[in-house]
Amino acid sequence: MKIEPPVLVFPSPSKSRNRNIGDLVFKNLTLVFAIVVLSLVFVMAYEMYKGSSLSIEKFGWRFLWTSVWDPVKGDFGALPYVYGTIVSSLVALVIALPLSIGVSIFLSELAPRWLERPVSFMVELLAAIPSIVYGLWGMFVLVPVVRKFIGPFITRYLGFIPLFNGAPYGFGMLAAGIVLAIMILPIITSISRDVMMSIPNTQREAAFALGATKWETTKIILSNAKSGIAGATLLGLGRAIGETMAVTMVIGNMPQISAHLLDPAYSMASVLANEFSEATTQLYLSALIEIGLLLFAVRIILNAAARLIVWSVTSKFAQ
Amino acid sequence: MIRTRTILLSFAALVVSGVTLNAQLKLNGAGATFPYVIYSKWFDVYSKMVNVQFNYQSIGSGGGIKQTIEGTVDFGATDGPMSNDQLKEVKDKQGSDVLHIPTVMGAVVVTYNLPAAGKDLRLTPDVLAGIFLGQITKWNDSKIAAINPGKGLPDQSIIVVHRSDGSGTTNIFTDYLKKVNKTWAVNVGAGTSVNWPAGLGGKGNEGVAGIVKQTEGAIGYVELAYAVKNNLAYALIQNKAGEYVEATFESVSAAAAGAIKNMPEDLRVSITNPEGKDSYPISGFTWLLVYQNMKDKEKARAIVGFLKWAMTDGQSYAKDLYYAPLPKEVVKLCETKINSIAVK
Repeated sequence: MKIEPPVLVFPSPSKSRNRNIGDLVFKNLTLVFAIVVLSLVFVMAYEMYKGSSLSIEKFGWRFLWTSVWDPVKGDFGALPYVYGTIVSSLVALVIALPLSIGVSIFLSELAPRWLERPVSFMVELLAAIPSIVYGLWGMFVLVPVVRKFIGPFITRYLGFIPLFNGAPYGFGMLAAGIVLAIMILPIITSISRDVMMSIPNTQREAAFALGATKWETTKIILSNAKSGIAGATLLGLGRAIGETMAVTMVIGNMPQISAHLLDPAYSMASVLANEFSEATTQLYLSALIEIGLLLFAVRIILNAAARLIVWSVTSKFAQ
Repeated sequence: MIRTRTILLSFAALVVSGVTLNAQLKLNGAGATFPYVIYSKWFDVYSKMVNVQFNYQSIGSGGGIKQTIEGTVDFGATDGPMSNDQLKEVKDKQGSDVLHIPTVMGAVVVTYNLPAAGKDLRLTPDVLAGIFLGQITKWNDSKIAAINPGKGLPDQSIIVVHRSDGSGTTNIFTDYLKKVNKTWAVNVGAGTSVNWPAGLGGKGNEGVAGIVKQTEGAIGYVELAYAVKNNLAYALIQNKAGEYVEATFESVSAAAAGAIKNMPEDLRVSITNPEGKDSYPISGFTWLLVYQNMKDKEKARAIVGFLKWAMTDGQSYAKDLYYAPLPKEVVKLCETKINSIAVK
C-alpha cells in the first residue's frame, strides 16, 4: 500500500525558500559581474600607475606640461600628445555632431520608409569598417584632398583667423579630425536615431493635432531625446579619444603644440602604438605607460565634463 | 587474427608517433621584425632537415631584448645591440653572457620625390644631416646644387619625412648621422626613436614611402629591401672615401668588410660610415641573441647547429629575400663565437 502525501494548499515553506535562493544566486551573480567590471578598471589603473612609477618619480607633474620627448637623452614630457588627442577629438565632434543629428532627424522623422532602411544600413556599415582602412583611405584620398583643395581654400578665405592656418602638408590635425568624424558619425547617428524612434508616436500626433509644423514637432522630439543623444555623443567622443591607427596615419606624428588646424600634430594613443614595441630603457617604457595612464585620466575627465554639461542642460529643460 | 594485428600495428604506430613527438625539440625566440622574413624562411628550411621546431615571434627588438633578459625565450633577436647595462642585467638574472651573432645585413636608403631632378641625386653626409636637422630647407640650396651640377633643382621647400614608430631602421640612420655630423651628435643622437628636429612622421616603411610618394619635395629614409621591392628612387650617398655610392647588396656587404678592422671582439658593432671605396655608408647588422652558457644540452646542440647552418648555407637565401649576406670575414668571426657556446 502506498501512502499519498497530503496535498498542500499553500506552497511549503521549503519551496518558497528555494525560490528565494534562486533570487539570491541571481542577484549575487549579477553583482559579481558588476564588481568584475569595476575592479577591472581599478586594476588597470593601478597596474599602469605601478608601471609608470619610475617616470612619475623622475618627472613629477612636469611630465604634464613640458613638451620635450627625447628617448635618447631620457627626457619626457607629454603635453603635445595630450593636446593633440583633445583637439583632434573635439574637431571630430564639431564636424560629426551636427551631421549625425541631421541624419538621425531625417531618418526618424522625415525619410520615407523605402529610403530610411538603406540609408540606416549604410550608416551602420560605416561602423563596421576597420580603422586601418580608414587610415589608408585618409592617407591616400583625404590627405591629398586636404592638401590640394580644403587647405588652400580655408587659408585663403579664413586665413586671417590663426586657427585656419598652417603648413601645406595635408597631414595634420584637420585631416585627423575629419577621419575621426567619419568614424564616430555612425555611432552617434544610429544611437540618436534609435532614441528618437523610441519616443512614442502620441507625442508627434499630439503636436500635429495642435497644428505644429514638422520642424516644431521635431524640436519637441529632440528635446525629449536630448539625454539619449548626449549619451551617443559621449560614446562617439570615447571612440575618437582612443582611436590609434587611423589617426597616426594622417596626423603627421609631430609632437608640437600649434594653434593652426592644418599643422601636423601627435596623439597619445598614436605615440603608444608607435614607440612601445621598440622602447628599450626602463625610463622610456615607464614614460610610455604614464602616457597610457594620462589617456585614461583624460578620458575620465572629458566624460565627466560631458556628463556635467548634459546634466545641466537636461535639468534646465525640466524646469 | 587480423584484428589483433591491426590493433598491434596501430599501437606500434602510436608509440612511434609518440616518440617522434617527444623527440621534436622546440626552440622559442622573439625579437626584431626587420629580419623576420629570412628567419622564417631559415626556420622552415632547417626544421625540414633537422628535427627542430622553431617558434619565432617578431615583437620588435625592444621586446626581444627584454625577453632575453627575463629568460623567457631560448634566443632573442635585435636590430640594435644590447647596452652594457642590459648585458650586465642578463648576466645577473640568467647567469650567462649573451652573444651577439650577426645574421644578415640591412641598409637604409634616402628616398625622395623630386621629378625635376630625376634619378641619382647626390648627397654628402653634411647635406643629409643639414636636411634632417631642418637647416637646409630649399631644394635649390647652394649646398645641394654644388654637388648636383646639371640637375634642375627647383625652388621648393624640402619636406622631411621620418619613421614615427620605434625602429631598427631609424637606429641605423641616426647612428650614421651621429657619426658624420657634430651638431646631430650633440642635439639629437642615435636610437630607435629620437627627438626629431624637423619633419613629418610616417608609420613603418610603408608610411614613410606613402608620404614621400604623394608629396612633391619630400625626402625620407626607408629600408633598402622596401625601396627595391617598390621601385623607389633613392639618392647616392658619399662615403668616407669620398665616392658617391648606390646602395646595393654588394656595396652593403662591402661596408661590413670595410668595417672588419675595427670590429670589436663581441661583434656589437655599428658599421655605418665604414672604410672602403665601394662601401655604402648607411647599413647595419641584425643580430641573434644567444646565451653562451645553455642549461639544456639538446637545445644548445640545436642552436649551435642552426647558427652554423645559417652562417653557411643559410646565407644563400639572403639576396632573394632582399637582405645583404654577411661577407666571409664576418662569418669567420661568427663561427668562433658560435663555437664558444657551452652547456653549464
